[in-house]
Amino acid sequence: MNVIIMGCGRVGARLAGILDAEGHKVTILDTDSYSFRRIPPNFAGEALIGSGTDEDALKKAGIEEADIFIAVTQGDNRNVMATQMAKHIFNVPRGICRIYDPIREEMYRELGLETISPTRVGAQLLRGVIGG
Amino acid sequence: MYIVVVGGGEVGYYLARVLLSDGHEVLVLEKDRRRTEFAAEELGEVIVRGDGCEARTLEEVGTGRADMLIAVTGDDEDNLVACQVAKHKFNVPRTIARIKNPRHRLLFEKLGIDATVSSTELILAHIERELPSHCLIPLLKLRGGELAMIEVKILPGSRTVGRRLGDFRLPEKSLISLIIGKDKDPQIPSPDTILEEGDQIVALTRSGDEDALRVALTGLG
Repeated sequence: MNVIIMGCGRVGARLAGILDAEGHKVTILDTDSYSFRRIPPNFAGEALIGSGTDEDALKKAGIEEADIFIAVTQGDNRNVMATQMAKHIFNVPRGICRIYDPIREEMYRELGLETISPTRVGAQLLRGVIGG
Repeated sequence: MYIVVVGGGEVGYYLARVLLSDGHEVLVLEKDRRRTEFAAEELGEVIVRGDGCEARTLEEVGTGRADMLIAVTGDDEDNLVACQVAKHKFNVPRTIARIKNPRHRLLFEKLGIDATVSSTELILAHIERELPSHCLIPLLKLRGGELAMIEVKILPGSRTVGRRLGDFRLPEKSLISLIIGKDKDPQIPSPDTILEEGDQIVALTRSGDEDALRVALTGLG
């Protein structure tokens, strides 16, 4: 699969490493080249400087051939906008989006994005750990 | 009308003042505490501190009964999300977003935002108007952006000077509405009107045909 990841934070870099090791073609985008230090040393994919809400940067990252677009920057709204661009402008079949705010997450899931709220998932996990 | 404005910066502040003086009920949401306090000195209780992208905040200010939401923060993504939340959570009938990057217009349209205003395009259009060599000036978008009203200037040396307006081949559905000649009264043109140097032509055309109309009227490719 061709995968584009927007945001090379801890989650983005780690996910890029996993998918790359599995043999997928991975391109990771970040506006700050310093964040690329998090990418594992044996990563065979591409790391590009650029914003996921910029059409030119997305084209350079190969958005037109991408199967999946994943937005994991720190900004909910940036993730939402970029994922909708991937889906509605570039017709990428799958758009996955991290949204911290659970209310916004629910709304965008209803609007057709695949969403994950670390807030909701994290709270549930912690509740499970507590037990009882 | 009850209008919620998201973003209390320069644009939001002056927009609120205009809307208030037009007699509307207005509420401005601003994230930044200092900016909220500053604007509150002038606007009073009309400005409230809060994130206009959060459904809870929008609910608190009664967005459910709003007739319109206008998002004018400096970030395109925040404006998009504020409008989408207003539409999908609160069924606000009309949403307007400011956009910085003119290329985001298409996305906003596809996602159902009713109108977009690009500050970048507006500034460029105003500067272009002042350039003597520039002969196409966008004036206005009509019918939701489907039609464009433009001004075309006939520069000295244009090949079309002296020609009869009826002989021009204009893009389909284009309409020459007004000709303002140099040192002359504005006139509604007829097919027999002869183009003169310095004429300012106000015309209506389908969006996307602006440049073709300019080429037809000026002879400049």
